[in-house]
Amino acid sequence: MTTLSEEIVRPPEPPGLLRWMRENLFNSWFNALLTVFSLALIYAFLSLIIRWVFFQADWRPVAEFPLLFMVGQYPRNLLWRVALSLGVVSFLMGVSWGAWGKLIQSFAITMGAMMAAVALIPFPIRDLSIGLRGFMLTAVALIFAGFYIARRWRVVGKWLLLAWTITSVLVVLVILPGLENSTFLTHVPTTLWGGLLVTVILAVGGIVLSFPIGVLLALGRRSSLPVVKGFSIVFIEVIRGVPLITILFMFSLILQVFLPVGSRFDRLLRALIGITIFSAAYMAENVRGGLQAIPLGQIEAAKALGMNGFQINLFIVLPQALRMVIPTIVGQFISLFKDTTLVIILGINELLGIGRAVIQASPEYVRLQLEVYLFIALIFWVFSYAMSYSSQQLERALGVGER
Amino acid sequence: MKSLSLRRSADIPLWRDERVLRLVAQVISAGLILFAILWVGINFVTAANQRGMALNFRFLNDPAEFPISDPVIPYDPSRSFGYAFLVGLVKTLLVSGIGIVLATILGTLIGLARLSSNWLMSRLALAYIEFHRNIPLLVLLFIWYFPVFNRLPNVEQSIVLSGPIYLNSRGIYLVWPKLQPQGWIWVASLLVGFILAIIAWFRLQKIELVYGRRTYYEAISIAIVLICPVFGWFLSGGAPLRMEAPVLQGYNYQGGLRLTPEFTSLLIGLTMYTAAFIAEVVRAGIQAVSKGQREAATAVGLSPLQVLRFVIIPQALRVIIPPMISQYLNLTKNSSLALFIGYQEVFSVGKIAINQAGRALPVFAMVMAVYLALSLLTSAVLNWYNRRIQFVER
Amino acid sequence: MSRKLYAIFAVMVILAMVLAACAQPTSAPAPEEQQEEEQQPAAEITRGAILKRVKERGKLVCGARTDLLGFGYLDDQGRNVGFDIDLCRAVAAAVLGDLEAVEFVLLTAADRGPALQTAEVDILSRNVTWTSTRDAQWGNFTIITFYDGQGFMVRKDSGIETIEDMDGASVCVTSGTTTEKNLADAFRQRGLNYEAVIFEETSAVYGAYEEGRCDVTTSDKSQLAAVREGFADPEAHVILPITISKEPLTSAVPHGDDQWFDIVKIVFFALINAEEFGITQANVEEMKSSDNIEIRRLLGLEGDWGNSDLGLEVDALAKAIAAVGNYGEIYDRYFGPNGLAFTLPRDLNELWINGGLIYAPPIR
Repeated sequence: MTTLSEEIVRPPEPPGLLRWMRENLFNSWFNALLTVFSLALIYAFLSLIIRWVFFQADWRPVAEFPLLFMVGQYPRNLLWRVALSLGVVSFLMGVSWGAWGKLIQSFAITMGAMMAAVALIPFPIRDLSIGLRGFMLTAVALIFAGFYIARRWRVVGKWLLLAWTITSVLVVLVILPGLENSTFLTHVPTTLWGGLLVTVILAVGGIVLSFPIGVLLALGRRSSLPVVKGFSIVFIEVIRGVPLITILFMFSLILQVFLPVGSRFDRLLRALIGITIFSAAYMAENVRGGLQAIPLGQIEAAKALGMNGFQINLFIVLPQALRMVIPTIVGQFISLFKDTTLVIILGINELLGIGRAVIQASPEYVRLQLEVYLFIALIFWVFSYAMSYSSQQLERALGVGER
Repeated sequence: MKSLSLRRSADIPLWRDERVLRLVAQVISAGLILFAILWVGINFVTAANQRGMALNFRFLNDPAEFPISDPVIPYDPSRSFGYAFLVGLVKTLLVSGIGIVLATILGTLIGLARLSSNWLMSRLALAYIEFHRNIPLLVLLFIWYFPVFNRLPNVEQSIVLSGPIYLNSRGIYLVWPKLQPQGWIWVASLLVGFILAIIAWFRLQKIELVYGRRTYYEAISIAIVLICPVFGWFLSGGAPLRMEAPVLQGYNYQGGLRLTPEFTSLLIGLTMYTAAFIAEVVRAGIQAVSKGQREAATAVGLSPLQVLRFVIIPQALRVIIPPMISQYLNLTKNSSLALFIGYQEVFSVGKIAINQAGRALPVFAMVMAVYLALSLLTSAVLNWYNRRIQFVER
Repeated sequence: MSRKLYAIFAVMVILAMVLAACAQPTSAPAPEEQQEEEQQPAAEITRGAILKRVKERGKLVCGARTDLLGFGYLDDQGRNVGFDIDLCRAVAAAVLGDLEAVEFVLLTAADRGPALQTAEVDILSRNVTWTSTRDAQWGNFTIITFYDGQGFMVRKDSGIETIEDMDGASVCVTSGTTTEKNLADAFRQRGLNYEAVIFEETSAVYGAYEEGRCDVTTSDKSQLAAVREGFADPEAHVILPITISKEPLTSAVPHGDDQWFDIVKIVFFALINAEEFGITQANVEEMKSSDNIEIRRLLGLEGDWGNSDLGLEVDALAKAIAAVGNYGEIYDRYFGPNGLAFTLPRDLNELWINGGLIYAPPIR
C-alpha cells in the first residue's frame, strides 16, 4: 500500500528567513530557476482558481441541497435520528480521542472542524436551519466533552471497543432504518438513504466486515492444507485481478438471477456485500504482509511450549501482525472510501450519485457540473487527507514505517 | 526415523494425531468448498435457464447491432458481437498502454521533484500528490470530461495552437505523419535496427564481461539504431512519411490525428491519477538507497554520473519496479471507469451486450478472462523480473 | 510469486471449463426444459400474491428513476416527482389509500428488466418502451400512458433537415436502450455514415450535445423536448419532424399475477376516464353529488365496478384521482404550459375525443 510521504526537506528554525531562502530556494542557479518557475506556476494556478471560485462559479446547486448531499432522501421529519446517530458517534469519537490519543486525534479534529464549518457558514442556506446549525455545534461540543471525560476517568480500550460495536450496530440496524411496524421508530427503507451517509456506511461497513474475512483468507493462504491454501489464493488473486466495478455489477446481476421470485434483497446491502468481497481480498494481502513479518523463531518457541496452531495464531501471531498492519489498513480504508463512488453503477445515490441527481434537478444546473463535482471532490479530499495524515502519525507512533 | 514416528503415532489417540487431524480438516474443507461451488453452480444454471438466460457462446457470431464510439479499428454494427468485443479490448489496451508510458514519465518527474533540494519544488510536487491521491478517480474523470473537455469551443470556433493543433469540443486534432505506400520499408528497417541493436548489446556486453575487453557496446548499439532507418529511408525512395494536417471538411476536421475528448480526458485522468502513486513509488525507491552508499561510491572516486548509473539506479530500480508494475495493473483496471465518460472499452461493450441481449454470464466471463489474463501477464513479468534481480544479487 | 501465477492460470482453466460446460446444455436442451417446468411453480408469483404483499407491507414498491426531468426526478426537497412517479402514487392511493405509501427503488437501465422478472418491484414505472421481447421476458406491460417516438435534435444553424443530411455527422446517444439500435438501423438502411458518441447516462448525452460534441442527438421526442428546455438557449435547437420508431412508454408489472395486472390497468383507465368526465383532483368531492351515473360509478357510489374481484375498496379510484388528479392533470403538472418540468404539446397523448390516442375502456 502507499506509505505516506515524510517531509524530506524540513525547514530549520528560522535564524533569518533570508538565510533559509538562500539555502533552500536559491542555492544554485538551477535551483533559482526552479524556484522562479514554481512561483510562476503557483501564481498562475492560484489566480485562476481564486478568480473562478469567488467570481465566476455559481454555487447554487451546492448551496441549495446541503441536506441532500448529507443524507439523501432521508425523510426530513425524521432527521433527528440521523442527528442522534451523529451525536453519539461524535461523543464516542471524543472519548476515543481521549483514550487512544494520536490514533484518533486527527479523525476527531477533522470531524469537529467540518461540522463547525457547516454550522458557521456565513450566509443563509434554506436547508440549514438554526436548529441544524445549533445541533452541529452541539456535536462539536460532544467531541470535546468525550475527550475530557476520557482524560478525567481513564477509559479502558476494551470497553470503548465494545461501546463502538454496540453503537454502530444500533445505529445501522435500528436507529437509521427504524423498526418494521413501529410507530415511534417508523421504518425508513434504505432506498431513501443517500449522500455522505451512504458513502460512510459503505466504506466503514466494507472495511469492518472485510476484516475477519481478510484475516481468515490470509491465514488460509499460509495454511499447510493444500485445499484451503488453494482456495484462498484463487479467491484473493481473482478478486484482485478484476476491477471493482465489474465485481459490483456482476455480483448484483448474479444475485438478481439467483434470488427467488418475489424476494427483495436490499440494494444497499448488495453493494455492501460486493464491496466487502472486494475489500477482503486486499485485506488478506495486507494482513499477510504483517504475518510474514513475524519471526519464525516466535512460532517455533510457541510450538515448543506445546501450543497448537490455532493457539499460536490467536495469541502469538495475529496480535502482533494486526498491530503492525494498522497503518496499511487505514490506507486501504482511504482507497475503499474513494471507491464507494463506483456503486452508482448499481443505482445507489451515494455522494457522487446525489451530485448527479442534483445536476438533473433543474435545467439550469446542467451547466454547473464543475461546481458540483469540485464540491464532491473537496469533501472526499478533506476526509481522505485527514485519514492519511492520521495514518502517517500512527505509523510514526507505532514505529512501523521506519527502516 | 520412519518406524519411530510411526510407532509414536500409534500411541496417540486418533483424534489427537496431527496427521489424521490434518487429513480430516483437508477433506472437510475440500468438501465444503466443493459443495459451495456446486451449490452455487447448480442453482445458478437452473435459475438462469428458468429466466431464459443463455449460457452459451453462439451469440458471438450474431451481429452486434449496436454502434461503438471511436472504434479505433474498422467497425460497424453489422459486424459480429465477438468482433465488437475485440474492438473494446483494443480500446482498453490502447488507453492503458499509452497511459502507462505517460504516467511513468510524469510520475518519475514528480517523484524527483519531490526529492528536489528546492523547497518550493518539493512542496509543489507534494501538493500534486496529495491532491490526486485523496480524491476518487471517478470524480477526477468527471471533472476532466464534463466541465473541461466538453466545454471546448465548437468546431467552427476551434482554438488553433501552433502546429497546427486544433482544439474543439470534438477533440484534439494534430498534424500527424502518414505512412506513404513505400513507407513500410522504412518501418521495417526501423524494426530490424532495433532487433539488431538489442542482439549486439547483449552479445558485446557478454564479451566485455567475459574477456574484460572494452567493446563499446552502448555506442555500437545506438549507432545501429540510428543507421538502419537511414538506409530504410533511401530504400523506400525517400520521404516514407508525410505530415498530414487536419482540414475542416463537412461537420468535422478530417486527416491528421484525432484524439476524441473521451479518450483524451480518460487518458489525462488516468495518467495524472496514477502518476501521483508512481511518484511516491519512485521517491520511496530512491530513498531506499542509503545515503552511505552514495557517499561510499563518491569516496571510491566515481563521478556523480557513475554514482547514479552504477550505484543508485540499479538498487532503486529493484525497489521501484514491483510496485510500479502493480500500479500499471491498477491503471489498466481503472480504465474500466471509462464507461462513465463515454469511452467504450471492454467492460462497457460487455455491459451493452448484457443489457441488450441478456447474455449476462458468458459476456461477464469474457470480461473477467480479459482482466485475469492481463493480471496473469503482469505477474509473469514480475516473476521474471524478480528472478532476474535475485540472480544479480547473488 | 510463481504460485500466484499458477493460481491465476488454474482459474483461467477452470473458467474455460465452466464456459465449455455452459455451452453444453443448449446442445441437449430437452432435459433442461423439463427441469425448468418442474421448478417453476414453486417460485412463481401467483394470482393475488402482489396485492397481498403490498397490503401486508403497507407500501407499494415502485421501480423508478431519479435522473430524468419530467418523468422521474427529485425536487428541491429531495422528494421523488415526475409523470411516471405520479402513476405509481395513483396506484398506491387506490390500493392503500395513501399516495405517500410508495417506496421508490432506483433502477438503472441494466437492472430494470431483472428487477421486474424477479418481482422485486410491484410496478416498474421508469420510462420503459414496450417491445415484444420485453413483454415476453420481463413482465406484463399495462397500458400505454405516453405515446412517444424516437426523433432527432439538431442545431438550427446546422442546416440539417433530413436523415440524409446527417451523413458523416456525430450523433450523441444513450447506450443500453432501444434508441441505440434504432439509430444504427436507420443509418444502415440508408447507407449513411456517422460517428456514434455513446454514454451510459442521459445527462451525459445531452451535456455533450449542447457543448457541441455532436451535431445530432437522438432519443424519445419527449426526452428531447425536456432537454431542449434545459439548454442555455433553447431557441438555437430544433427537434426535427422525423420519427424513426414507435416508443410506447408503458408501466409494467411482474408476470403471473393477473389480479395485480388488472388493478394497475384499471387505475390508469380511471385516470383517463376521469379526464373525459371532467373529474379533477379539486372537484372530486363535488362530483360525488353529480347526477351522471358514469361519474358516480367511477367514484364508487353506484356499487361494484369489479372492485370486489380485484380486492379493492369501492372508492379506490376516487382516492387515486383525489391523490394525483386525472390523466390530463398529471400530464399538465409536468408538461403543461406552466408545467414543473417543460412544455410539451399533448399531440398523440390527447384524449381520443380531442383527436389523440388516449382511450380507456369504461369503468362499469
